Amino acid sequence: MLEITSLVKRYGNNDPVLEDLDLTVDGSSVVAIVGASGAGKSTLLRCINRLVEPTSGSIRLNGHELVDLRGSALRHSRRRIGMVFQGFNLIDRLTVMENVLSGRLGYVSLFQALTRRFPQTDIDRAFNLMERVGIAHYADKRADQLSGGERQRVAVVRALMQEPQILLADEPTASLDPKTSQQIMSLLQSLASEMSLPVLINIHNVTQARMYTDRIVGMRHGQMIFDGAPKDFNQDALDAVYGGIESPEEDSDEPGKQASQTQEASA
Amino acid sequence: MTGVRTAADAQSGRVWKKPPFIANPWIRYGLIAIAMTYLYWAFSTLPFNWERVSEGLPRAARIFGGAFPPSFERGDLLWTGFKESFQIAFLATLMGVGLSVPIAVMAAKNVAPLPVYLLGRALIVISRSFHPVIVAILFVAAVGFGPLAGILTLTLYSIGFVAKLLAEEIEEIDWGQVEAMRSVGAGYFKILIYGVFPQIVPRQIGLSMYQLDSNLRASAVVGIVGAGGIGGTLMNAFGRYDYAFAFAILLMIIGIILVSEGFSGWVRKKVW
Repeated sequence: MLEITSLVKRYGNNDPVLEDLDLTVDGSSVVAIVGASGAGKSTLLRCINRLVEPTSGSIRLNGHELVDLRGSALRHSRRRIGMVFQGFNLIDRLTVMENVLSGRLGYVSLFQALTRRFPQTDIDRAFNLMERVGIAHYADKRADQLSGGERQRVAVVRALMQEPQILLADEPTASLDPKTSQQIMSLLQSLASEMSLPVLINIHNVTQARMYTDRIVGMRHGQMIFDGAPKDFNQDALDAVYGGIESPEEDSDEPGKQASQTQEASA
Repeated sequence: MTGVRTAADAQSGRVWKKPPFIANPWIRYGLIAIAMTYLYWAFSTLPFNWERVSEGLPRAARIFGGAFPPSFERGDLLWTGFKESFQIAFLATLMGVGLSVPIAVMAAKNVAPLPVYLLGRALIVISRSFHPVIVAILFVAAVGFGPLAGILTLTLYSIGFVAKLLAEEIEEIDWGQVEAMRSVGAGYFKILIYGVFPQIVPRQIGLSMYQLDSNLRASAVVGIVGAGGIGGTLMNAFGRYDYAFAFAILLMIIGIILVSEGFSGWVRKKVW
């Protein structure tokens, strides 16, 4: 269970990116966080594993406070928080297997990490997970030789290798084509229920958020302005989250104008 | 179909000129004037003694005449000198490149805390500030004539060059990979091993090859001041007016540099 209470993040003396945010995620639910760019979605996720330092507030994972941790205590709690990134963030020049095993770096010794002598249980777990997502045959390929969807699967497996208690996904499908991004979303959804793992997904695609998640949280200007079931996320909520978006007619007007200008010019 | 003429084509004959490099005309012409004045002053005051130059030319011709044909008679001496040069260059490259990795990490702003960063930068600046010949003179004075002085000199020289470029490479890595390693709970050294080093390996190998190449050349030079290797042999040949042998040494150096340049270029192309 993840409990965030009155979380504030402020960069320098600017307006806070997160304003007094409260959020509780229970059990194995998949939660979509939607909001315009700059609404604070990414900052929120990064505060949870402390890639970004929160200014104040409290974040508790299964009862453990995360905000005041330092040094090895911080690294130990990071092991329990898996993260998947928009740009995959794989180690391009290492093999798929090395990337997957790097999810265990928080558990093995420096010598084991350096010589790639990971425990047999880790290797078994790696193969099982890679088979589960269909990338086991790539084990010895270099990570940068895979396609986008395959790379994101490697990243998901790397996060799952951590034996996480929660999975954070920061726009995991934004660099993928529509078909592949659906596959990744449904993969995240089924993994969440198989492993009874709570998953927080930052996502821009509202249709996919409605389709693959159990709950939608809408953010705007660092505040939570919608929290509810996907079926309740209607047009009003969408407008509130993304703000005065112009009606689509204005867009379709443009080509017509250009066409008439060309006609005038050629006349 | 002929091209469509639009209203924009109607107005023609407009002039366009490339804007001047220095916009302000005073500065532009002022700089030219200063440069001309300086050149005139420099040429009129430097002591060019044309008489001595004309005397020296025949002497140079005599030296080059004496150098033909090059003599490879004392091939064993040539070989010993070259072998020593290669040993110096190889060991110095190995040690220099090895030491430059930790120093590069220290001198990269994104992975080192400020005091360490300053220390790393200072180490690089110190090892870069003197030409290898000057360093070689110091080391010859400190540890005596011979290859040890050469090895130490070129190690320092390698650190200055490789660590500086490697540090810049570390500062330009893809930070996302480092973030990913932080998010799995890896500590500092594990992040270096997984998140940083794989990204700089190709550059590191390229730099090492280039440095081996460069050390071979420099080892011939530092030999002249007594730091071992083929440079010493060359100096002795000149001292004995044995120009034919000296010329043979020069040819040998050119040949070796050509081979090593070709080899290092090939390796650098292979690694990516």
